[in-house]
Amino acid sequence: MKQILRKIAALIITLFLVSLLAFLAFQVIPGDPTTKLLGTEATPEARAALRSQLGLDRPVLARYFAWLAGVLRGDFGESYSYHMPVWDMLSDKLPLTGLLTGLSFLFTLLLSIPLGVLAGSIRSRALDNLFAALDQVVMSVPPFFIGMLACWLFGLVLRLFSPGAFVSYEDSWTGCLAYLVFPALSIALPRTAMTVKLLRGAIRQEMEQDYIRTARSRGGSRARQLLWHALPNALIPVITFMAVSLAEIMTASIIIEQVFTVPGIGRLLLASISNRDFPVAQAIVVLLAAWIVLVNFAADLLYQLADPRIRLR
Amino acid sequence: MKKKTKGNSFLYSGAVLSGVMTLLILLGAFWTPYSPTAMDASAKFQPPSPAHLLGTDNFGRDIFSRVLQGADSSFLIALCVVLFSCVLGVLIGSLCGYYGGLADLVLTRICDSITAFPAILLALVVVSLTGPGAGNVVLALGILFIPSFARLTRGEFARCRDQNYIKSARIMGVGSFRILFRHILPNTFPVLLPAVTIGFNNAILSEASMSFLGIGVQPTEASLGLMLSDSQTYLQSAPWYAFGAGGAVVLLVLGFSLLSEGLQRQNGA
Repeated sequence: MKQILRKIAALIITLFLVSLLAFLAFQVIPGDPTTKLLGTEATPEARAALRSQLGLDRPVLARYFAWLAGVLRGDFGESYSYHMPVWDMLSDKLPLTGLLTGLSFLFTLLLSIPLGVLAGSIRSRALDNLFAALDQVVMSVPPFFIGMLACWLFGLVLRLFSPGAFVSYEDSWTGCLAYLVFPALSIALPRTAMTVKLLRGAIRQEMEQDYIRTARSRGGSRARQLLWHALPNALIPVITFMAVSLAEIMTASIIIEQVFTVPGIGRLLLASISNRDFPVAQAIVVLLAAWIVLVNFAADLLYQLADPRIRLR
Repeated sequence: MKKKTKGNSFLYSGAVLSGVMTLLILLGAFWTPYSPTAMDASAKFQPPSPAHLLGTDNFGRDIFSRVLQGADSSFLIALCVVLFSCVLGVLIGSLCGYYGGLADLVLTRICDSITAFPAILLALVVVSLTGPGAGNVVLALGILFIPSFARLTRGEFARCRDQNYIKSARIMGVGSFRILFRHILPNTFPVLLPAVTIGFNNAILSEASMSFLGIGVQPTEASLGLMLSDSQTYLQSAPWYAFGAGGAVVLLVLGFSLLSEGLQRQNGA
């Protein structure tokens, strides 16, 4: 219990540091936002007035704490480009990216565990090498290229969906989910290949342990040795990897959203970076960073729950 | 002996594939079948043929020539990224691992926190500070890849530090610099080499993704990611454009990932 409290304290400090760094990063960016807002021909007086209106003339740390206090109340500031609260711009895009990430994670989970067990149980050397080579091929394809291939094959040739014609979840939940299947799979495939490789190695290692030999000598079937004895132990390293995956999937969705023109926060992030709309970019980066920190924290806790040996230490 | 034969099929196929790709890239640096920028209005969107191995694009430019040129610059960027991050990472990792202390503790924590974040997200932030362009991609990715090398080297150096051959070298009065880089460093190569090939692949993939998103290499320069981004518009009328550019990325990455897999299996990992 004391350990968990200490971890929570560390979590809060990490979140604080991450938000500070993300905030500072967007403060040192060259390029004055007032140029963007007023144009290059604005008078110095008008600029100074706007700077004080936006609070840009205050010290960086004061601005950080003012911003942080706002964030904790759910106020992420106001967009420079659209003059509306950042949160209003994010709120309808976050669920979409969340859905894409969740779907993709689900696919990775559902595909990689059975395939990993299968790969770990192959006994023929040639078949094992073939499987490993195939795995390596899938791992080498960048998700956005898989996305483009999927657009071409399933969208343009087989006409299973129309790429670019995104269905909003406000119009149709099922239509939206169906549209997201291909982007989610594009992210999930290389991730699955990586997880399968990890799980295959872990299962191989477990199958050489003494407790498996004992299980075998007691007459347990091979399926029981694999699924009942080896798999739970082999899954422990996979848990940590899955947390990393969840973070990677979220960022991969930024790229995939471009391929499938899904109006999620990835597209908003890229647009706001090229528009120099820093309050928006900053909010998204901080949210993504906080997400990653939280996922890693959850993985750490899960890891301890899954493996009592770590808890005892 | 048994392990060696098992790993070799990966090592050989990886060496052959990445060797062929490297040769093609070297070739592309000096000679391409057509000029990568020569436009030919009468030959727009031609499917692959003996005259144009990978077809032509929206300006009638030869895609094979452009892929060679793009792969060339992607390769160069990845090489610079790996060189930069490996040299600095090994330097930081070796000093931290060998000497330990407070600096080691702080640097390790920093490296751990950087590696917790996906490279693309951090690269986005760095590029919004520096602006896009090939040089800044190298800088952004170079910095982001330092921790992975530093972490690995640190572990190896910390492990070797207390081994007898190092102790005896120290007793014989060998200088710290010589111990670090003549005695310990060569022993880290079996671990470092696969990491270099993996880092190279990550650099290729990250650069391609960044250029694809428009925050990497800019349009007047050449890059496979940029070509993929262009080809997306013509997926319907000229799918071979995407296949050519994407295929090059996949083959390049596959060659080096087979190589690193082979190396790791050779080490018995």
